[in-house]
Amino acid sequence: MIEEDVLCPFCGCLCDDLKVEVEEGRIVGVKRACRLGMSKFMGHERIVAPMVRRDGVLVETSYEEAYERAAEILKAAKRPLLYGWCSTVCETAKKGILLAEEVGGVIDSTATVCHGPSIIGIEEKGLAGSTLGQVKNRADLIVFWGANPAEAHPRHTLRYSSNSTGMFTPEGRGGRKVIVVDVRKTRTAKNADKFVLIRPGTDYEVIAALRMIVKGKGDLLPDAVAGIAKSDLEEVADMMKAAKFGAVLIGLGLTHSRGRYKNVDGALSLVADLNGFTKFVVLAMRGHYNVAGFGQVCAWETGYPMAVDLSRGAPYFNPGETAACDLLARREADAMMVVAADPASNFPRKTVEAMAEIPVIQVDPYPNPTTFIADVVIPTAVCGIEAEGTAYRMDGLSLRMKKVVDSVYPTDEEVVENILDRVRRLGDDN
Amino acid sequence: MPQYYIKLTVPQGKTAQYIALGRGWGKEFEFMVIILKAIMISGRTLGQGASLEAKMSPEFFNATSSCAISESDYNALGISGDENVLVRTEFGEVVLSARKDDGLPPGVIFIPMGPWANAVVGENTGGCGCPLFKGTEAEVEPTKTQVKDVCELFADLKRLAGEGS
Repeated sequence: MIEEDVLCPFCGCLCDDLKVEVEEGRIVGVKRACRLGMSKFMGHERIVAPMVRRDGVLVETSYEEAYERAAEILKAAKRPLLYGWCSTVCETAKKGILLAEEVGGVIDSTATVCHGPSIIGIEEKGLAGSTLGQVKNRADLIVFWGANPAEAHPRHTLRYSSNSTGMFTPEGRGGRKVIVVDVRKTRTAKNADKFVLIRPGTDYEVIAALRMIVKGKGDLLPDAVAGIAKSDLEEVADMMKAAKFGAVLIGLGLTHSRGRYKNVDGALSLVADLNGFTKFVVLAMRGHYNVAGFGQVCAWETGYPMAVDLSRGAPYFNPGETAACDLLARREADAMMVVAADPASNFPRKTVEAMAEIPVIQVDPYPNPTTFIADVVIPTAVCGIEAEGTAYRMDGLSLRMKKVVDSVYPTDEEVVENILDRVRRLGDDN
Repeated sequence: MPQYYIKLTVPQGKTAQYIALGRGWGKEFEFMVIILKAIMISGRTLGQGASLEAKMSPEFFNATSSCAISESDYNALGISGDENVLVRTEFGEVVLSARKDDGLPPGVIFIPMGPWANAVVGENTGGCGCPLFKGTEAEVEPTKTQVKDVCELFADLKRLAGEGS
């Protein structure tokens, strides 16, 4: 049996045109998916059963005991941190926020170590955004700044951006100009009409110089900015101003480098400046398929998109203070629940050492280094393949994820709900 | 531009005079190592993405425990076929397999996102929740030490977690 129009639960592209071949309840083939999506559908090693740590060793147990133990850990903690939430559906996030409120914890998503600085930049400046559909149908100039979709979002260029064909862009790649700004010649850069190689950590300077040129103050600039010839920057600015519809697609090159959210603020400001001359939009190339969705749910539930402290009676947001890495680095969190994420791999080592010192609950379909330091491990179904739900594409479009095959595992949502139920039954004895 | 310096270490039982006898670069003389000062960036790759939900697999190990170095830096370091590189920052050090990458400018090294890269990333978030995953100053030198697998990388942390429960 072929399941049509299946959504891909991997990256923020959230491709919605996959064909999945199912035989006797098992996926045997996938069409149209990229290498990343293909690997996800074809499956990986799974956590077999719930586990709890006894005498330093993880031993299999029942779901009931795992839920009880998780609830006890969260209930006993003074500063529990509930982290992850981006490789799962919005329904899980909603229950997670309720749980964080119930235990008076901090809830944070993988966005903080990804496009979190972009969100702060957007809060500073505002966003001249659009959907990917507009980019596909209208954009005649695409700028990838610190983004490498050829490796991180393999179908982005063909479906939505530089190489796509749309209503007013019938020539596809031939009718568009592509600029890539990066610190190395990536595979994306090899597809560019103009590639600007910058030194790591100089994004802000280069953006500021471009803004000066765009605003007619280029004569005040030196001959080179951060090692780039002024003539190169003038060429980029001319290409931008000559566009009918330009789209700047920003990646982690901006958020992970010196300057972080100020780099993003700069890029958004450049786009705002360009809108004085022509139409320009800017989008963040979000990583996980539903990292945008957690931000949406968290924002409508608490007023903030990530790093929300719910211990004070009213939501409080101050990344740098309430973000997961900071809470761990300061040894402030005294328990951690990880849902659909792997901070042991993706956080700096010192932060992971702090995780290893506190009780950790892991809710995930797959074993990973977080399993090594977890005290309770609860396996779940894979959202978008074994469970349905809502996810948000990187441009903020909400889409319904399908269930393609059955699973013996409970969904993330069921697991979080069960833990929430047990926390409530334990009562308020703190 | 990348900077190099030469580290001279005197093997136990040898005298400084022994160093003076050394001719040529580090390959021949273990006590003489060329070190590259570089900017370390980490990021996604296709191989890392395809195996990121299979972190215990050899595919993930192969995809993420390597360090890409520009061709000129690679040659200057004199890395031989059986050698790895030791990447050291003020936050830690890690051994990685080395590979040439013609897309990298000299003085910049790239490690795929994952626990090996994060062994040398600092925890400071600059007040915005996000560590500096790209742009850490690093030193790179050839080494005969083996690359740790994912279990070895977390072996000391597991013990800590066991004591805590």
